Amino acid sequence: MEEQADPIFEYAPAPESRAVVRLRSSYELFIDGEFTPAESGERMATLNPADEEHLAQVSVAGEPDVDRAVAAARRAFEGAWGAMPGAERGKYLFRIARILQERARELAVLETLDNGKPIKETRDVDIPMVAAYFFYHAGWADKLDYAGMGPAPRPVGVAAQVIPWNFPLLMLAWKIAPALAAGNTVVLKPAETTPLSALVFAEICQETGLPPGVVNILTGAGATGRSLVGHPGADKVAFTGSTAVGREIARSVAGTDKRLTLELGGKGANIVYDDAALDQAVEGVVSGIFFNQGHVCCAGSRLLVQESVADELLERLRARIERLRLGDPLDKNTDIGAINSAEQLERIRELVRAGDEEGAESWSPQCPLPEKGYWFAPTVFTGVTQAHRVAREEIFGPVLSVLTFRTPDEAVAKANNTPYGLSAGVWTEKGSRMLWTAERLRAGVIWSNTFNKFDPASPFGGYKESGYGREGGRHGLEAYLVHAA
Amino acid sequence: MSTPPDNPGPSSAASGEEERERAAASDAAAGSGPRVPSGRPEVHAEAAELAEPLDGAEAARPGEPAGPARSGAGVPAEAPAAGRIPVRKTYKLYMGGAFPRSESGRCYPVTGSGGAHLANAALASRKDARDAVVAARSAFSGWSGRTAYNRGQILYRVAEMMEGRSAQFAAEIAETDGIGAERADELVAAAVDRWVYYAGWPDKIGQVLGAANAVSGPYFNLSQPEPSGVVAILAPPAAPLLGLVSVVAPVIATGNTAVVVAGERAPLPALTLAEALATSDLPGGVVNILTGTTGEIAPHLASHADVNGLDLTGADPETAAELERSAAQTLKRVLRPGGREDWLADPGISRMTPFLETKTVWHPIGV
Repeated sequence: MEEQADPIFEYAPAPESRAVVRLRSSYELFIDGEFTPAESGERMATLNPADEEHLAQVSVAGEPDVDRAVAAARRAFEGAWGAMPGAERGKYLFRIARILQERARELAVLETLDNGKPIKETRDVDIPMVAAYFFYHAGWADKLDYAGMGPAPRPVGVAAQVIPWNFPLLMLAWKIAPALAAGNTVVLKPAETTPLSALVFAEICQETGLPPGVVNILTGAGATGRSLVGHPGADKVAFTGSTAVGREIARSVAGTDKRLTLELGGKGANIVYDDAALDQAVEGVVSGIFFNQGHVCCAGSRLLVQESVADELLERLRARIERLRLGDPLDKNTDIGAINSAEQLERIRELVRAGDEEGAESWSPQCPLPEKGYWFAPTVFTGVTQAHRVAREEIFGPVLSVLTFRTPDEAVAKANNTPYGLSAGVWTEKGSRMLWTAERLRAGVIWSNTFNKFDPASPFGGYKESGYGREGGRHGLEAYLVHAA
Repeated sequence: MSTPPDNPGPSSAASGEEERERAAASDAAAGSGPRVPSGRPEVHAEAAELAEPLDGAEAARPGEPAGPARSGAGVPAEAPAAGRIPVRKTYKLYMGGAFPRSESGRCYPVTGSGGAHLANAALASRKDARDAVVAARSAFSGWSGRTAYNRGQILYRVAEMMEGRSAQFAAEIAETDGIGAERADELVAAAVDRWVYYAGWPDKIGQVLGAANAVSGPYFNLSQPEPSGVVAILAPPAAPLLGLVSVVAPVIATGNTAVVVAGERAPLPALTLAEALATSDLPGGVVNILTGTTGEIAPHLASHADVNGLDLTGADPETAAELERSAAQTLKRVLRPGGREDWLADPGISRMTPFLETKTVWHPIGV
């Protein structure tokens, strides 16, 4: 089918207003309930990746700042917060959820500006789920005895949390909501390239009257993160990010009493059987890899399609990808936004070059890229073997590798042939085949006849080198609780 | 009973019939196997008989090479019969359901609490450790794919096999640890009961740790625990039988397979346990036991890319930290040593959860 992507409708620009966000020229650290500059006075800039516009300056926290924040968190844990009954603690989380809902549009626009993801996603997915995360966990605060993770649950203490740039505020919610519900206090470091929504969250903590020191936000880069997770005053470390950094953190906590949970990389397989509802499967494959520009650790970056339907599926897939709209993230019709940083763009380009050099065949729709900013067109590699780097390494971009299989056993063997084990998808109309496949896939989340679904009540996390521990649901509380022997 | 067949290899999808057959076979085995001839009191008496002279022997002949004191094999014929020379046991490794010697051809002397030579144990090498991991990996899909009911029955069968050899176990740990007969009996009984405890878990752990999650949308959403895979275990050196059983049983109950490094000082009870395992319908490779120097073997297991979990219960704090650092390279699930364990306490579920993953399956409703 060589039909060109003549759009049926022309889309007029439909930009969301930026006026709802009042950007400040500079932001400070949030320690002990107050905004405070870094002792070193060091600052860094954060950009809009869609046009490289300078958005704001933020402080870079150094070791003395980490000390201050951990000390504040310890005081709060041993003071007001630790002594507070669960029911009262929960009310603060409910308040946070409510204010997040009130300020949802502002946060959605801010997140889109700082991250580059489409407003459609921040408005409809990220921010609503952030509020839902706090609302869900608020209710746990006085019900921990029923979580069933062990007898006599009590909080761990001070949690050191480091989060990535792909879902800045959502990852904050995944870390802070369960920690606080379980009675811990936190020091959180947002990603270097997406610090702004976490700082607005700090304002929200002030608005709720949360006792000082319960939540501390330190902005900075890798060095700040290292000094935070290595701080002797942290009782628990939680990290979401790359497997390489996860290893480094696991090494650094070895031999200490620190508890550790890690949400790391993935190379999710999306298996399409010959009896799948192909149009539904195409939608799932597209959202599996192009949602959030493929900046998703659980992305379905490997499509495993049964040989007998491969040609048909790929034809429909290409036709669907031709219709994706790439461009201004603030435009309400945009499907694919900007790559988050120049560094990430280079990483994607490097792996795609490797795919070309190793002999896989790449395809992209005709899709003009904006001149400024960091952009990468959706890309599909066919003729991929399991030995290709694009089939083995996490690309973290809008790049899909297509492999084929003949039998269900082969599909499962190929899907599991990775050191990762975060997510997988199964597309079939046959229930028993779905369950058979789901049972054999070595991954923490299996989406059958759907993909990239998340919920505060649903545990999320990986097998093997995708990390350990779960976030969400009653399982997610375990990371933040200590139980009687 | 004969040794179970070697590695069944990655199992194909077991049909319901196969499962039923297996379960029936296991039941039948349980019915027809060598029955325990006596209840505990009698066992106690036997053990006491064996252990009494030992205590005396220890005091009277410290360090003397074992003559009659060498009753470790628990062979009743050890009694002062008319000059019969007892047949001693050669202790080897336990791997893939078989009892091979160390590929290195090495062994080391094992002594009792009084310093008497008890036997030579195999001094496992790096290659043995790697072979054990291969055996454990090949057994994993078959073992984890069995029904929980079937795994439970096999664990119960281990208890049956141990109970029948209680006297031998009691004599062995009495000799090794220099404890009295009564204490030895108590520890053996607790070890048997521990298998019974965990035999009841496989078909319940999913109900206790699983969840149907109320997500905000038209989706069926179910979370279930699944085994992590191959778990390397450093067994606690101070508790050569009860401690060993207490760390191995929870790991395999949930469907993991294990490579166990027996305590260096007192490895013999581990190998006698292996004999019970080998006659319990436990598929070869589910438990693999290495003896030797922990310092030599453990680093290879901690860094092995095909090992998913590491139980450091038997490691001293310094070694544990080193091994945990090494395990970080492949992000193994690590259970740190917990200090002084009370092996007689109610075990709870805390030794199962570190080596379980949570798998969550979504499916839309209504489309």
